[in-house]
Amino acid sequence: MGEVILTMKDIDKSFPGVHALDHVDLEVRKGEVLALMGENGAGKSTLMKVLTGIYTKDSGTITYEGKEVEFHNTREAQDAGIVIVHQELNMLGHLTVAQNIFIGREFKKGIRIDDRKMNEEAKKLFDRMNIGIDPTETMSRLTVGKQQMCEIAKAISHDAKIIIFDEPSAALTETEIEELFKIIRDLKAKGLGIVYISHRMDEIKVITDRVTVMRDGTYVGTLITKDSTKDDIINMMVGRVIYEDPKTQNMVPKDAPVVLKVDHLNAGKLVQDVSFELHKGEILGFSGLMGAGRTETARALFGADPIDSGDIYIKGKKVTIKSPQDAVRCGIGYLSEDRKRYGIVVQKTVAENTTMASLENYMSGIFIDKKKEKEVADKYVESLATKTPSVDQLVVNLSGGNQQKVVIAKWLTRDCDILIFDEPTRGIDVGAKNEIYKLMNTLAEQGKAIIMISSEMTEILRMSDRIVVMCEGKKTGELDISEATQENIMNMATREIG
Amino acid sequence: MANKTTNTAGTNKSAIDKLGGQKFIVLLVVIALFIFFCAMSPNFRKYTTIVNILDFSYYISLMAIGVAFPLMTGGVDLSIGTGLVCYSLVGGYLITHQGWPTAAAILVSILMGVLIGVLNGCLVAIMDLPAFLATLCTCMITRGLGSIIVGGFGISWPAAGTPGGWFRKIFKIQMNGTNIPIGFLWIILLVIVMTFVLNHTKVGRYTLAIGSNKEATKLSGVNVKFYHIFAYVICGFFAGLASISYAAIFATVQPGSGAGFELEAIGGAIIGGVSMTGGVGSITGTLAGVFVICLLKTGLPFIGLTANWQQIAIGFVLIAAVLVDILKRKSEGN
Repeated sequence: MGEVILTMKDIDKSFPGVHALDHVDLEVRKGEVLALMGENGAGKSTLMKVLTGIYTKDSGTITYEGKEVEFHNTREAQDAGIVIVHQELNMLGHLTVAQNIFIGREFKKGIRIDDRKMNEEAKKLFDRMNIGIDPTETMSRLTVGKQQMCEIAKAISHDAKIIIFDEPSAALTETEIEELFKIIRDLKAKGLGIVYISHRMDEIKVITDRVTVMRDGTYVGTLITKDSTKDDIINMMVGRVIYEDPKTQNMVPKDAPVVLKVDHLNAGKLVQDVSFELHKGEILGFSGLMGAGRTETARALFGADPIDSGDIYIKGKKVTIKSPQDAVRCGIGYLSEDRKRYGIVVQKTVAENTTMASLENYMSGIFIDKKKEKEVADKYVESLATKTPSVDQLVVNLSGGNQQKVVIAKWLTRDCDILIFDEPTRGIDVGAKNEIYKLMNTLAEQGKAIIMISSEMTEILRMSDRIVVMCEGKKTGELDISEATQENIMNMATREIG
Repeated sequence: MANKTTNTAGTNKSAIDKLGGQKFIVLLVVIALFIFFCAMSPNFRKYTTIVNILDFSYYISLMAIGVAFPLMTGGVDLSIGTGLVCYSLVGGYLITHQGWPTAAAILVSILMGVLIGVLNGCLVAIMDLPAFLATLCTCMITRGLGSIIVGGFGISWPAAGTPGGWFRKIFKIQMNGTNIPIGFLWIILLVIVMTFVLNHTKVGRYTLAIGSNKEATKLSGVNVKFYHIFAYVICGFFAGLASISYAAIFATVQPGSGAGFELEAIGGAIIGGVSMTGGVGSITGTLAGVFVICLLKTGLPFIGLTANWQQIAIGFVLIAAVLVDILKRKSEGN
């Protein structure tokens, strides 16, 4: 085992309302691959951002190569030899490979950029990595895997001593992953310290030496990979936190009719052969880690993204959904995870947003009946207890929870039978969360069928009657709430895929 | 707590907003400009000058009312200026060279505007071309088309008093030897109608909704493509109307002209509070904005400034208008 090159100790970081990192420790050694694991929102990315100077820590110390350091931006971290290879690639598609690798520190000949030298240097880098990429190729013409190799080459060219991989394999094919591992092993042999963030348990087993687990912004512990099992790691990830009043049994009557049946749905890479049924009055939770394809499934079902194949049945009748209009006509309402972008029209009033999906009901002839519109908006402001001075208030001035209520009202005016809540309480404070939960329960009692996509385990266990678990575009499991535990959900969400 | 925040947000609304927002300021500017020019130049204070200003204002006003709709979707229509000339040339050609009745020619002119509007709308809403580019292309197309059809010569619609010249009376009638600019009444009427369309019909509601958040509007199940196209059709229709007013006011229509007209109309709309990024705007404000431009155009020569100075003045007024828009949005963003 190599010597310690980086120690992060007692790192603490708070954002308004969130204690993102609570005295976290991390240790990276030369010539090892350290896995950093945890559920969504466990604080992995925040920790790495603190390390590389994107965020400033509130307290704690970072010791790097024996000296205490604090980086103020990624540039400083890079210069010191700490580099992140991001999940989303930060590449300029129109430039060549070499131009991308040396961007911001181009070789010059007088005032002219020396492209030839850059190409030569890039070639040397690739030779050292044993990969065949042409430095003069335009970046956008490379596959995602090759682009990632370029990112790694860029990192190496910074004389990196520590390279952090943030879910590097998410977009790669099997062979590309093998190539990536070869490079990582090579870097390891050269004495670099590698931090590998991933959800894929099988990869963790193959490539890493130690595993550090985080949960809810705290450091849980570190295991030696070869001495531990998948269950050990999962147990550490989910912990033993007592969640508030989880649902213990399925509230849906046994004979409740199937409202929605999705049969072998395929849409793009992240929706592969997904089938499930949704009953009247049921809350069906969709659990999974980031990039599991839950939102993509919802968007395909709602007609927002094209469907490649598969059938959708509503109340036993086969329907064709090609656009959100079709979906709305079929009685489906979608509450997006990104309210500001997809849910509300912020510069319009509460009343205008309320009737956005059902304006034809508030017309007299060709004119909008503003009195009727105001009446219905008032009605829902009252019944949902939306806090707004009046329905003429612009939605942009409401809090997150109240904006969500306006979106709910929008779909209630249409009398939708099926509601898809995508991360219903994201960005909503605790008090308002409970109100939204109550509201969802009431809607289910009234016979609405609800699909609830959530990355919060608490939310899934508290709200769902049944749970569908997805992983990398595939449905990997379905559980009744009575048999669901954090452990078995997480197990399904991280299932190895051959 | 939530009530408190929303209330302060309410008071953030400036005193100006309570009085009707930017259009109110613009109306004040129009009045101020008018008083300024009257004070500066005795010749400006004449009835004929006012008739002159109104004559100039018709085609710009009509174009501006129309182009306000694409602007409010977050797009633009650059084809209205050359389009106007093209429709007007074709209509005039049909009367003078083909012996068509004036009424039929008017219909053809308006119909052409509508068709170009449909084309623009389809290019933008269905083919996803940037509005700037799509309408720049139709701008060139209409410019060439008009010249080809008339064979490169100027066209005069029938003069007042001659058979077929009745249409000029839509805009100006003579009573006891005095010109009465009744066209302005029509403009007022259209402003009222279109204000109603904007604020009280689906077309208007969805035009603004597309401009503020197209994706959210689509995900509400709205037929976004249709309403997006419709905004351009309205614009084309008004360009068609503008072509008639242009033919009625000016003796001859010259092929190849018309480029730059659209900028006056777009400028007017923006001065009047239509947001370049879409989602916000009013028709009354647009009309007021057009009058700022018309007053500057007609007024500045009276105080001895040439056409070149007009351009500079209008340019600065536009910058001011856009700055107001940006500052407003920033303060709302907070």
